[in-house]
Amino acid sequence: MSTQVTMVEAVGRALGQVLEEDPRAILLGEDIGVNGGVFRATAGLQERFGPDRVVDTPLSEAGFVGAAIGMCLVGLHPIVEIQFDAFVYPAFEQLASHAGRFRWRTNGAYGLPLVIRIPYGGGTKAPELHSDSPETLFSHTPGLRVVAPSDPLSAGEMLVAAAACGDPVIYMEPKRLYRRSRAEVPDRFQALSLDRAQVVRPGADVAILAHGAMVEVAMGAAEQLAAQGASARVVDLRCLYPLDRDTLLRTATEVGRVVVVHEAPRHSGLAAEVAAILQEEVADHLLAPVLRVTGMDMPFPLFQLEDQALPSAARVVSAARATLEY
Amino acid sequence: MMRELGAASDDLAPGAELMEGASTVLGLPSDRRRQALAGMGRPLVLELFAAMARLRAFDERAVILQRQGVIGTYPTYFGEEAVQAGSVLALEDRDWLFPTYRQNSVVVLRGCPPEVPLLLWRGNPAGWHDVQALHTAPVCVPVATNYPHAVGAAWGSRLLGEASVALAYGGDGSTSEGDFHEACNLAAVARAPVIFLVTNNQWAISTPLRLQTRVERIADKASAYGMPGVRVDGFDVFACHLAISEAAARARSGDGPTLVEAVGYRLGPHGTADEPSLYRDPESARRWDVWEPIGRAGKALVDAGLASADELAKLGADAAAEMREAGDRLQDFPVPSLEEVAARVYRDTPWTLGAEGLREPTFGEEG
Ligand SMILES: Cc1ncc(C[n+]2csc(CCOP(=O)(O)OP(=O)(O)O)c2C)c(N)n1
Ligand SMILES: [Mg+2]
Repeated sequence: MSTQVTMVEAVGRALGQVLEEDPRAILLGEDIGVNGGVFRATAGLQERFGPDRVVDTPLSEAGFVGAAIGMCLVGLHPIVEIQFDAFVYPAFEQLASHAGRFRWRTNGAYGLPLVIRIPYGGGTKAPELHSDSPETLFSHTPGLRVVAPSDPLSAGEMLVAAAACGDPVIYMEPKRLYRRSRAEVPDRFQALSLDRAQVVRPGADVAILAHGAMVEVAMGAAEQLAAQGASARVVDLRCLYPLDRDTLLRTATEVGRVVVVHEAPRHSGLAAEVAAILQEEVADHLLAPVLRVTGMDMPFPLFQLEDQALPSAARVVSAARATLEY
Repeated sequence: MMRELGAASDDLAPGAELMEGASTVLGLPSDRRRQALAGMGRPLVLELFAAMARLRAFDERAVILQRQGVIGTYPTYFGEEAVQAGSVLALEDRDWLFPTYRQNSVVVLRGCPPEVPLLLWRGNPAGWHDVQALHTAPVCVPVATNYPHAVGAAWGSRLLGEASVALAYGGDGSTSEGDFHEACNLAAVARAPVIFLVTNNQWAISTPLRLQTRVERIADKASAYGMPGVRVDGFDVFACHLAISEAAARARSGDGPTLVEAVGYRLGPHGTADEPSLYRDPESARRWDVWEPIGRAGKALVDAGLASADELAKLGADAAAEMREAGDRLQDFPVPSLEEVAARVYRDTPWTLGAEGLREPTFGEEG
């Protein structure tokens, strides 16, 4: 049996599956209970599992993320919802100073089975601080895993995997794709590896690497490039920390031209990391410099300017063309 | 000015018990209420009414503009006009305001053209008001993070020997954040001339007050920091004005911060994207409508012989026209280019936001 669902429905189903299969799983967050979350990701879950397992917290991100760490110590498996990307900042202290250091502080013996879900990214005409892409803050924080799905199936599979991971996982949900499309998902999600990228479109002339909502942009660019006679391979990075080294190296070796896309600011962004790995490891195979198509080094602009600020298929195409014509 | 509950308080309504201990003007027995209003004087009470009318007209216009797709998601403050008008008018122009999304248009009461806050919700950078000219911080979105700013502004002004006061707005939900506690403590220790004005509308999106805090009165939290906490009827513009005036006088005389809890109820949705029927019974919510602050104030002014119904209606109509015209100006308002906005991030724009940084790809012309 399988069903067509949106990404946000897939997230809800995966959460329901985890709550069902793991009696120690517990959801925490603002407005996730009766209201089902401001995006309705947890709709119906409090009704199904009760207010002790799907908990409406006070407005207190540092408090409930810190409390989730404490819950891990006594054997619970908390999954925390941050309401919007930028509202994780009050909890950053807990994530950087504690969540990422816990296993290290116990000399490897005890990890924190903690998942932090963060709807993130622009393109939804939202007010200030509702469109940030803070994934690099976490991929630069040792001890955390960072993942970002790009479609309903990967959303469910990666969430189930994150819940079973045993170390803190920052699970970034590209909210702009929440209701973009429906896709077939199974009744029960299988846990997907948390360190594998996925080739989502084959191609041989240029590779476009992206994650989250930018995968859709990359696919659009690949379509346009195809019309121009160039075959673009699209790789959904998915796992942002650790990056899938094997897939990166194989892609660069096989294709030779690489464009990396993200909506987060450019400086010290993930694309810089990808470019560094490729030039360190497979410089000889690169037929052109690795190019970046990214957000700008500024606060995410108010929304009348967001379409200009977000990487577009046209920008990706022109970067890809530049590598092809190098 | 304590509430005297009794038959004379003609508009006592569901939820009145929550107002217990809250200072009031409109809840006084009618003779004393008339006296209190006359004592404030016709110019002030009319000014307060007009300010509420403008805030209401702005809010109603914004909701219409959102429905028309002219602006994006908008956090309506329907029913909170009394707290906002009462507090702004209780302060002087040199005093600093630290609004949240919910008080997004208070700058209008300080002379800012209404299209400015409307443009913010339209996603146009022209929506950022002039912070120094208006002594009003930019609209703050992350809950409770504006409280410490107000403390610093107040504390700093005391250190500079100025007598200006700072007022930070927030909601019941905001008192659960660490920044609220740190700000209260710091303010009390520094004897900062700051007012924490918490509008307790009993909801933080879908989260009711009882899941937010175990104290029944947010004002009680003040005692933990060694500052006074007062409660005021948040639907009563006259009482709000008096309460903030008193807190400001305390602050100016060197007695430090005050926590003011304006007791109310969120009459509308959290914002235009919110559907309250998912989490609260529409029937019981509607029972609070009788507290609606503009109708309530108007009735009292007419009853006290301080204004005619026609005169008040005209204030409402003028305000509606002002805001409609402001709304009409939005569509043609120029949007700056991304390059212009990029040059507004630093004083000395680094290369990353200049031509080299914004160009993509960063090689290729010659290649
Ligand atoms: C730090 C932070 N977390 C979450 C949010 C999302 N959010 C916006 S308003 C709101 C509820 C605020 O409730 P309250 O403080 O009572 O103010 P009200 O909205 O009722 O005026 C929430 C959770 C936010 N803006 N900032
Ligand atoms: Mg509230």
